[in-house]
Amino acid sequence: MQLASLPDAQLVARCRKGDEEAWRELVARFSRYVFAISTQAFRLRSEDAEDVFQEVFARTYQHLEKLRDDEAIRPWIGQLTRRLCIDRLRASSREEIVDPEALPGDVDEVMTTLDEALAVHEAMAELTENCREILDRFFARDESYQTIGSALEIPSGTIASRISRCLARLREIFEGRNPAPGASS
Amino acid sequence: MTAYDEHRLAELIKALPPAPAAWVEAAQELPLVHARLDDIVARAEADAAFREALIADLEEALRLEGYEPDAISLDELRRRLES
Repeated sequence: MQLASLPDAQLVARCRKGDEEAWRELVARFSRYVFAISTQAFRLRSEDAEDVFQEVFARTYQHLEKLRDDEAIRPWIGQLTRRLCIDRLRASSREEIVDPEALPGDVDEVMTTLDEALAVHEAMAELTENCREILDRFFARDESYQTIGSALEIPSGTIASRISRCLARLREIFEGRNPAPGASS
Repeated sequence: MTAYDEHRLAELIKALPPAPAAWVEAAQELPLVHARLDDIVARAEADAAFREALIADLEEALRLEGYEPDAISLDELRRRLES
């Protein structure tokens, strides 16, 4: 099984044994999530977001041995990032003399969206590499049809239809992983 | 599950843009950084002169011994040398 498709718990177990490739995958798997929490939910400045980003992974690396439940790495990283962002905002507020309780008001709402987004990105791992690349480049990296066509060596005129097909396939995969409540098995 | 139609899925893909590549690479190199720290701390424990040089001027002592200070967590190293 490839590292990218390993469940979180197995990936954490391999990191704990000193597998450096597993660690690289763990960072890759959660890097967008940590980045998005600090920049979207807490709207940190770039330099603060970078400090939080490095601190999250440094602490994760140091605490791998102490994790009680390997399955819980995702909420653990989410909570750690959230806590470090709040610490950072409070430290900034002391310097800038603003209300220390003035945290962004819609943090919970954004966090819920980011959790959903992480689940969708996980589901994308089941797409073909070509589909995954097209969707990621177009939506997450905001690349043009021309740039995508050049990078993937496909006619740019076919990108729109490919995006549509890949999204439909992603919907099937995502619904398969997250069946609607009450759906018959 | 109609809540996740193609439009919603596209929005959720967009919600997680990539983190800057340099940030990701730095985090991915943490095991290497820790291995370097372990090496330096072990040398400092075995060599009193090296330890004194580190405490006097950490960055300069590291450079003289061929370590690149930018690739090492200096705060973490100071903490470990003081403990």
